[in-house]
Amino acid sequence: MKLLTHNMLTSNIIKGVTKGFPLVINPSRVEVQEVDFNPDFITRVLPKLDFTALKQAATQVGHADKLPEALPETADFGEDLQKTLHHVLLQVEVLEGELVCPETGRKFPISNGIPNMLLNEDEVS
Amino acid sequence: MAARDRPEHQAPPEIFYNETEARKYTSNSRMIEIQEKLSQRAIELLALPEDTPCYILDIGCGSGLSGECLTDNGHVWVGLDISPHMLEVAREREVEGDLVHGDIGYGMPFRPGSFDGAISISALQWLCNADKKYHKPHKRLYTFFSTLYACLSRGARAVFQFYPENSAQVELITSQSMRAGFTGGLVVDFPNSAKAKKMFLCLFAGGGHQQLPQGLGTESDSDVKNQAGNSARQRWKDKKSAKFSRDWILEKKEKRRKQGRDVPTDSKYTARKRKTLASRR
Ligand SMILES: C[S@@+](CC[C@H](N)C(=O)[O-])C[C@H]1O[C@@H](n2cnc3c(N)ncnc32)[C@H](O)[C@@H]1O
Repeated sequence: MKLLTHNMLTSNIIKGVTKGFPLVINPSRVEVQEVDFNPDFITRVLPKLDFTALKQAATQVGHADKLPEALPETADFGEDLQKTLHHVLLQVEVLEGELVCPETGRKFPISNGIPNMLLNEDEVS
Repeated sequence: MAARDRPEHQAPPEIFYNETEARKYTSNSRMIEIQEKLSQRAIELLALPEDTPCYILDIGCGSGLSGECLTDNGHVWVGLDISPHMLEVAREREVEGDLVHGDIGYGMPFRPGSFDGAISISALQWLCNADKKYHKPHKRLYTFFSTLYACLSRGARAVFQFYPENSAQVELITSQSMRAGFTGGLVVDFPNSAKAKKMFLCLFAGGGHQQLPQGLGTESDSDVKNQAGNSARQRWKDKKSAKFSRDWILEKKEKRRKQGRDVPTDSKYTARKRKTLASRR
């Protein structure tokens, strides 16, 4: 699971959960995998990001060092920051661990890089 | 296909798509080719902005064949599937997209406005089945479509290639999608050919009026170019084979120049093979 995916994932499909975001990450294995740098894509997803949640997630998986506290106001980021975002969003992978619903504490296991968001029948809204 | 032969009637998807079935998606070249063709057409129907890498959801992504088409078209994707074996094959294939294990009938677990578009290849008909005694197809379809609507950006499209069993299923699926707020409808390619006929549900998530695309090889399409279907496919084929050729590069550079971008000048070296170039994957 990439942190970009994590930034979009919620547990609000559980009955009674309103926001379900951001899910807490308890990682047990994290790896960095090389992905081609694509600045146009970073620019494209930027407006969709919840940066506070990204910073939190990056801290939880131990890759927050180069991320600033907040994004600059200007649209022009400079290559350094774009590359940092690229790294944190697309190259850092949580391979094993779990996600935790911030409202109910319900855990979703991550194995082989794939978070399991399946619900039990009584949780379905 | 006789009703009893339909995969959805044999077992729930997480059982039907077992190891043996999942293996076919790496070994059966005919199956692979079909999936790729359908994916390419679905991506075409998404009508994404040109030359822009987008963020796309692949619903029922399975072994990642459809996802690889998204990658080839320059997009970044997330796939969701209920079958662990299919997801396993996708991992083995080292697809570039990220994978999530989930049941689309429980809703899409993503924040509002996450994706620029969604595709789904040969998965939607599965939702018409009640695999557990508490499954109500119309309710699962509605949950699916309404949560999908929310996680798409406004004006985005969702394109589903699917194999409905009968017209009642088409009616059930479309009515639930419209109830969830989508507009759009069915696009049928080659409606008069039993073999080539393909159905696409092409949905728009708000964002003002959008024209439903025309099916390939249809009547109204026929006098313009009866080859419309052929030509669209041919264009894709040409594009594919000619990709990275000198003409392809020159054309691309010209387009970029027109957009006011900084582009290196053409020379006799343009598109020449470079020995040091790392091989493309
Ligand atoms: C014909 S396969 C699609 C193959 C895929 N497009 C590919 O490229 O490999 C249909 C897929 O839909 C998935 N599916 C069926 N019902 C589903 C559900 N309720 N939730 C999620 N995925 C589902 C199946 O597990 C299967 O992988």
